[in-house]
Amino acid sequence: MIRRFLQAGLLVGLLATCGLATAIDTEAAFDDPVLQQRYESINRELRCLVCQNQTIADSNATLAQDLRHEVREMIAAGKTDAEIREFMIERYGDFVLYRPRLTAQNLLLWAAPALLLLVAAAVLVRVIRRRAKESQLEPEGPEAGQS
Amino acid sequence: MAKFLVPFVLFVLLGAFLFVGLQRDPRYVPSPLIGKPAPEFSLPSLQDASYPVSSKELLGQPWVLNVWGTWCGGCREEHETLLVIAAQKTVPIVGLNWKDDNAAAQQWLRQLGNPYAVVAADHEGRVAIDWGVYGAPETFLIGPDGVVLYKHIAPMTLEVWNKEFLPRIESARAAAGSKS
Repeated sequence: MIRRFLQAGLLVGLLATCGLATAIDTEAAFDDPVLQQRYESINRELRCLVCQNQTIADSNATLAQDLRHEVREMIAAGKTDAEIREFMIERYGDFVLYRPRLTAQNLLLWAAPALLLLVAAAVLVRVIRRRAKESQLEPEGPEAGQS
Repeated sequence: MAKFLVPFVLFVLLGAFLFVGLQRDPRYVPSPLIGKPAPEFSLPSLQDASYPVSSKELLGQPWVLNVWGTWCGGCREEHETLLVIAAQKTVPIVGLNWKDDNAAAQQWLRQLGNPYAVVAADHEGRVAIDWGVYGAPETFLIGPDGVVLYKHIAPMTLEVWNKEFLPRIESARAAAGSKS
């Protein structure tokens, strides 16, 4: 019975700390819920350069903290989301964006799905035409099967 | 024959792309600053907080900015190399002491030797953010016109210095000389 209680207690403890782990900032950056919302959504779009598979909203690396601080100050100073993104790109390049922009360098990558579809369509059309021609050329009649 | 040739060529091509991709370091982020004016800064000097270190004063000559901290293992690793480079007296090495403790940084320089012409103390890390720094040690080369010419991310080695920095310093000097 006591063991049950201990297990339940452990589980509750683990679940409680899991909840804590998702909130990086110990307190809200803004009292205004609209600004707080903007702050959080910008942070979720920016890559932490130190731990590259995390956003700065997820990471507690010193650089991520500094960048969150920078975002907070820019929002407080009345900068728009686009201006804040531009600030980050100027310093860290497009790599800082979790959602890549369309640029001259990655144009081919963006166009690749459409291009592949076109190539596939062209191949398909050619195959269908060829087959149609072949079936026209095939002699008809009962003798065809015998030869 | 052609039926197999096309897929085979495509396969080899894809293989080549993936192979090249494997050799690249995903942690290396190219700096968007190259070819652009270096971000200006004015920070207190590490040795004497009342003495400001300003990037404007460095205009007119090529110089090197080395981002370091006593908490950074790679910085300890490259320190000997920096001392060797500093002894060559080719260009001034300006230190950017990134998010560090002044006393610890001063002691580091006393113990290991000081390769820097001057060290700017960036406690808050804001200048480092302006320069797009994400992992010390990082070393920038800035031209006489204040334009960033090159950035090396990782401990400095003599090989990198001789291959990447020295030729750029020479051509920057030649370009500046022909203009004036």
